[in-house]
Amino acid sequence: MQVPAYVEYEKASSLEHALMLLARFGPESRVLAGGHSLIPMMKLRLAQPETLIDINGLKELDFIKISDGELRIGAMTRHAQLLDSAQAGKHFAILHDAERVIADPIVRLWGTVGGSLCQADPSEDLSAAFATLQATMVIVNLDGTRTISARQFHVGPYETVVGPGEILTEIRIPIEAGVGSAYEKVGRRVGDWPVGAAGVAVWLDRAQPGRIKAAGIGLAAMGAEHFSAPQAEESLIGAQATEETYARAGQIAAEHCRPVSDQRGPAEYKKHLASELTIRALRKAVRRAGG
Amino acid sequence: MQITVSVNGTDYTRVIEPRLLLIHFIRDELRLTGTHWGCDTSNCGACVVWLDEKPVKSCTVLAAMADGRRVLTVEGMASSGGRLDPVQQGFTQCHGLQCGFCTPGMMLTARWLLNHNPDPSDEVIREALSGQICRCTGYENIVRSVRWAAKHEAGGDQS
Repeated sequence: MQVPAYVEYEKASSLEHALMLLARFGPESRVLAGGHSLIPMMKLRLAQPETLIDINGLKELDFIKISDGELRIGAMTRHAQLLDSAQAGKHFAILHDAERVIADPIVRLWGTVGGSLCQADPSEDLSAAFATLQATMVIVNLDGTRTISARQFHVGPYETVVGPGEILTEIRIPIEAGVGSAYEKVGRRVGDWPVGAAGVAVWLDRAQPGRIKAAGIGLAAMGAEHFSAPQAEESLIGAQATEETYARAGQIAAEHCRPVSDQRGPAEYKKHLASELTIRALRKAVRRAGG
Repeated sequence: MQITVSVNGTDYTRVIEPRLLLIHFIRDELRLTGTHWGCDTSNCGACVVWLDEKPVKSCTVLAAMADGRRVLTVEGMASSGGRLDPVQQGFTQCHGLQCGFCTPGMMLTARWLLNHNPDPSDEVIREALSGQICRCTGYENIVRSVRWAAKHEAGGDQS
């Protein structure tokens, strides 16, 4: 029987209240969002916070909207809400691709976007998806608000830049014309972490048909630094969207990641996936961009 | 801490430790043992109940998080007159269970699915139940049971 260690519990009634509770209970307190990462970690005693600050009542963090040319996703958005959001899917199909294969339908009803990102598992799909899109993370503390790139958000496995006394409040992605995106994942079964996954976003040059203006590539479970593949992205800039271009980008992505052998597969196979899934996601993303 | 949770329409107030999981609150505090405790790792779905308006794996939520909310368990599925929910009837009619361990969770998720999609395809049913494990039926009869419920709720024979 798995039971969390003794813990205190506080329910936050607003974002400011949550920040005050975090300040009062100090660095051994943890924010409790959907709980579908934190509670399993507590049951295994891998996490033993002294105090939980429950932010499930914070409606102000539960939104998906477009403003100032950006898609803005509140940290308390449940996975199922992101999957159901026509707005999110219209601009960034990668988010729907990824959400469709995260956990299982029941877990997606409760697990939150912000909670998944702050759990910072190296296999976490949304971390790769937002790295692909070069999203901006918004973090608040009692002194104010700061923003940081999705590619600077993770410090290491299970570690982010969100400090004690801080809360991730939203994710912002600039909306630009001509973007197409996709996410490809190989997993053994529903609810399991990926063996490997790749996300791609491409921005096509409207003046020169078939030419890639800019690209983002994200990798999950591949040991890729910051969940991204910048060398492979560079190889795409200014290139024509052809099979040769995709193959080269896939090869570079595989060369630069460092997956580990584990029960989900040997490192060699994962490197193969890094290449193959990047190629598949590129094909789909270019098609979606209208190329 | 003290919590009050409405379970199947009845308010229960209890003093609990904040670390108590909802599954153990339901089974051990309230003695409602229809909700089954399976894998304990949010994989199998035997412990699914509704928390407010949607299903949740009750091994992965604290009872404290249910304070002031509504819980629906398999014991609350039938009408107050004792008439089984069409989903329960479907599982009866189509032999949707063998050992029955996964059945309460399967039925609560199926009920939620049909509330949102009254006429789901087999593929949609399988996707909706994909976070739940049955080791007896091979799922065929579970899918048939949900189809039966969908068909009979649509105004078909209720017998």
